[in-house]
Amino acid sequence: MGARIMIVEMLPALTFYTLASIAVAAAFMVIAARNPVHSVMYLITTFFSAAGLFVLMGAEFLALLLVMVYVGAVAVLFLFVVMMLDVDFVEMKQGFLQYLPIGGVVACVLLTEMILVGAASLVNPSEGVKYAPDGTSNIEAIGNVLYTEYAFFFEAVGLILLVAMVGAIVLTLRKREGVKKQNVAAQIARTRAGGVELVDIKPGEGIGS
Amino acid sequence: MIIGQDIGLSHYLVVAAILFTIGVFGIFINRKNVIIILMSIELILLAVNINFVAFSTHMGDIGGQVFAMFILTVAAAEAAIGLAILVVYFRNRGNIAVEDIDLMKG
Repeated sequence: MGARIMIVEMLPALTFYTLASIAVAAAFMVIAARNPVHSVMYLITTFFSAAGLFVLMGAEFLALLLVMVYVGAVAVLFLFVVMMLDVDFVEMKQGFLQYLPIGGVVACVLLTEMILVGAASLVNPSEGVKYAPDGTSNIEAIGNVLYTEYAFFFEAVGLILLVAMVGAIVLTLRKREGVKKQNVAAQIARTRAGGVELVDIKPGEGIGS
Repeated sequence: MIIGQDIGLSHYLVVAAILFTIGVFGIFINRKNVIIILMSIELILLAVNINFVAFSTHMGDIGGQVFAMFILTVAAAEAAIGLAILVVYFRNRGNIAVEDIDLMKG
C-alpha cells in the first residue's frame, strides 16, 4: 500500500520528465534530421509533448489549442510546402559542419545563461503554486478575461490573422497564360446593345449574301 | 491545483531554455534550408509559450495564458506568410538556399 502511494506521488514528476525528454529529443531531431518531412514529424512530436506539459501545468485549453493549431494547421502547412517544393534535400545538408562551431558557441552561451536564471529561482523557491480561482475551470477563467480585459488584443489578433491570410493569398496568387476562366466582370458588364444584333432579313435572301 | 510535488517553475523554465537554444542552434547550422529555419522559429516561439504558461501557473495569473494564446496566433500567421514567401521564392529561383538570398547586399 505504501509503495502504491509513493508511485501516485511520483506520477507528476515521472510524467514531467518523460514529456520533457521527449520534447527535447524531438526538438533536436527537428534540426538534425536529413529529410524535412521527418523534421515536420518530429516537430509534431515536440508540440504534442509540449501540449502534455501544458496539461501538467493546468492549462488544458491552451494544450488543446496547441494540438489543434500546430498539428492540425501549421504542421500540415509545412508538410504541404515540403512536399510541393521539388528540392534535392540531400545536397542541402552540405555545409552543415561549416557553421557548427559558431552555432555551438552561441547555443552554449544562451543555455548557460538561461539555466543560471532557472537555478537562481531554484535556490530561492517561492511557496506552493496556486492556480485559478476555486471552482472555475481553466477555459472558464480564460474566457472571463479574454472577452473583457483583453478584448482589444483579441480583435487585434483577429486583424493580424486577416492580414496574414490576405498576404499569403496575394503572394502566391499568379496569373497564368492560356487558362480558360470565367470573367465575372465582363459577364455583368455585358449590355443588350453589345450582345444582341437585330438583322432585318428580307424574304428569300440569306444573311451574309 | 498544485504543480507536481517536486516539479516547480524552474523545471519548466529549464525545458523552455533548452528548446529555445535548440531553436537558435537550428537557425545557425541549417544555412541551406529555409524550411528548417522556419521550424526553428516555431520551436523558439514554443519555448516562449512554455515560459508564459509556467509563469502564469506559478503566479496564479491567467493573463499569461491569454498572451500565450496570442503568441500562438502570431506564430501561425508568421508560418503562413513565411511559407508563402518561400513558395514564391522557389518559383522564381528554383531553390531555397538561404545563402543565395543576398542579392540586395550592396
